[in-house]
Amino acid sequence: MRKFTKEKGVVLPLDRANVDTDFIIPKQFLKSIKRSGFGVNLFDEHRYLDKGEPDADNSNRPINKDFVLNVPRYRGSRVLLARDNFGCGSSREHAPWALDDYGFRVVIAPSYADIFFNNCFKNGLLPIVLNRNTVDQLFLEVEAKEGYQLEIDLNTQKIIKPDGSHLEFSVDAFRKHCLLNGLDDIGLTLEDADAIKSFEANWQARSPWYFNKTETR
Amino acid sequence: MGKNMTGKTLYDKIWDAHLVSQREDGTALIYIDRHLIHEVTSPQAFEGLRIAGRRPWRAGANLAVPDHNIPTTKEERNQGLAGIKDPVSKIQVKTLDENCREFNIFELKMNDLRQGIVHVVGPEQGATLPGMTIVCGDSHTSTHGALGALANGIGTSEVEHVLATQCLMQKKMKNMLVRVDGTLNVGVTAKDVVLAIIGEIGTAGGTGYTIEFAGESIQSLSIEGRMTVCNMAIEAGARAGLIAVDEKTLKYIKGRPFAPAGELWDRAANAWRELVSDTDAFFDRTVELNGADIEPQVTWGTSPEMVASVNGSIPDPLAETDTIKRGNIEQALNYMGLNGGTPIKDIKLDCVFIGSCTNSRIEDLREAAQVVEGKQVADSVELAMVVPGSGLVKQQAEAEGLHKIFLSAGLEWREPGCSMCLAMNADQLGEGKHCASTSNRNFEGRQGFGGRTHLVSPAMAAAAAIYGHFVDIRQLNI
Repeated sequence: MRKFTKEKGVVLPLDRANVDTDFIIPKQFLKSIKRSGFGVNLFDEHRYLDKGEPDADNSNRPINKDFVLNVPRYRGSRVLLARDNFGCGSSREHAPWALDDYGFRVVIAPSYADIFFNNCFKNGLLPIVLNRNTVDQLFLEVEAKEGYQLEIDLNTQKIIKPDGSHLEFSVDAFRKHCLLNGLDDIGLTLEDADAIKSFEANWQARSPWYFNKTETR
Repeated sequence: MGKNMTGKTLYDKIWDAHLVSQREDGTALIYIDRHLIHEVTSPQAFEGLRIAGRRPWRAGANLAVPDHNIPTTKEERNQGLAGIKDPVSKIQVKTLDENCREFNIFELKMNDLRQGIVHVVGPEQGATLPGMTIVCGDSHTSTHGALGALANGIGTSEVEHVLATQCLMQKKMKNMLVRVDGTLNVGVTAKDVVLAIIGEIGTAGGTGYTIEFAGESIQSLSIEGRMTVCNMAIEAGARAGLIAVDEKTLKYIKGRPFAPAGELWDRAANAWRELVSDTDAFFDRTVELNGADIEPQVTWGTSPEMVASVNGSIPDPLAETDTIKRGNIEQALNYMGLNGGTPIKDIKLDCVFIGSCTNSRIEDLREAAQVVEGKQVADSVELAMVVPGSGLVKQQAEAEGLHKIFLSAGLEWREPGCSMCLAMNADQLGEGKHCASTSNRNFEGRQGFGGRTHLVSPAMAAAAAIYGHFVDIRQLNI
């Protein structure tokens, strides 16, 4: 996984609560068997005026100029500012893949759906929770100043504003450690392979009904 | 401190039994008993295994079935893989077959009689057992909690993780108890109960929690009804929903292909009877509803919490004082092409979909068939379709003659799959069309680009098909 230490970039304000995973990446793009290439279809149903199709050429599609992603001042955004319950709905990891592929590295919102929140960390994307008032204030600041940027320092857990002031955020110690070092979860878990084997043997002895008759492990 | 003095919730018991190890910050390694796999969220996980040169930790813990992407017309299905017209879908289904072969994973292929929606197949096959931890790359994995299993949806990275290690790194959720006491009125179903719960606590109400559903109304539900309730726990924000094991649970499971038999059954059943929350268990939050107050529910907006009684009206956004909520209502009504204040019964339908992991089991189909028997789908309804949850559900329905009731009333009778619940296959709701749907999500574009979904029970969907608008099924003489 890509390491996450510091990120700085333009903030895109998506002023809408309950943004669901169908909103982030519509289902037809889930037919892909790859992990990449979803960025051009991020927020597809809102970003374009027509219906998108997988593997199609997106360059000539009619653009929804009113949608915030298409507003020139937010081009090249790396930080997504969102409202409550961001990422609700399906478990599709294509949602963080699409955000990441587009170029986002950080999401800031008052709350997230659990599965989406978890999926972000698996992909080097940092979801930050800030309280509602702080998020409201950020929306005002972003909308007031063109080119508004935030710098996010994971190590110190600080968000540095353009005026030099900062906000603090919390993050689970273990998740922070994995992001900072770009650690592969599976590799880490397999370091505990002996513990898993011993648990499994005990569990099978106590609850053999959870193991198929043919399993001899 | 006080927490340690009290008993354990059902969630606590299953969690503790599966704890392999725990880090200082609370991150735990949890053992997974059953991993369910489908074609959409697994290809990148198998590819990850291949790249790292890894094999599944315990192939026998996995069960795969294609469901999201497959066609539901007989014409396409009869030709097998070659019959899937959409080339991208075809590759995904074929990839699942190949991955299962390569990694020695048991798969119920597209045209196997036992194939169906993964959350219908698991319980039906007895692959879902009480006290298990169950995961699947699909948020509606919460369904399996109806049998007293701890089940939640995961992303593709975790699909790979569980394949490779048989474990997941998780943090324990908080405990929420949703009690629904009282007797449900005739015509009020599990779907109405769960929609009423979501209306009460909101789509983020359960975020960070595992919800246990309890109380007389929940206990009175059949196992299939309980699956409908747990299925939509995720729509209330909770990754997992749970219902305590009782004799109904054991009766449902006994004799199913993957269930233990003989002496092992007796031992298992004894252990499973312990899978209830202790009377002095601690819940971080408790919500209570009176089942007798619940009326048939209909969603009017673009989030499952935007729900009203069939005898109610769409809320007036101007009456909402919270500006963000008002904005949400306005946005939803704009998308839905509806006005605040309109009675729910005046909403006209163009399409009816009876199916999905929420409501495609045999009891759902019986409920719908009873409403349409001897009647005709309204002329204004362009498409009404019934999509059974599995090949076995379809077979049972046909043995009971339900398909003939649907067909003679003018509804289509399809092959099993997820179909128009998420519209990944050809079954898509047209732009601007209103659909009475027994599925679980009414998000923008969910059932098709520009489509407008109203979530309801199977009986309410069936009645809407006949009348062309919503009706209170309790006022029909059936």
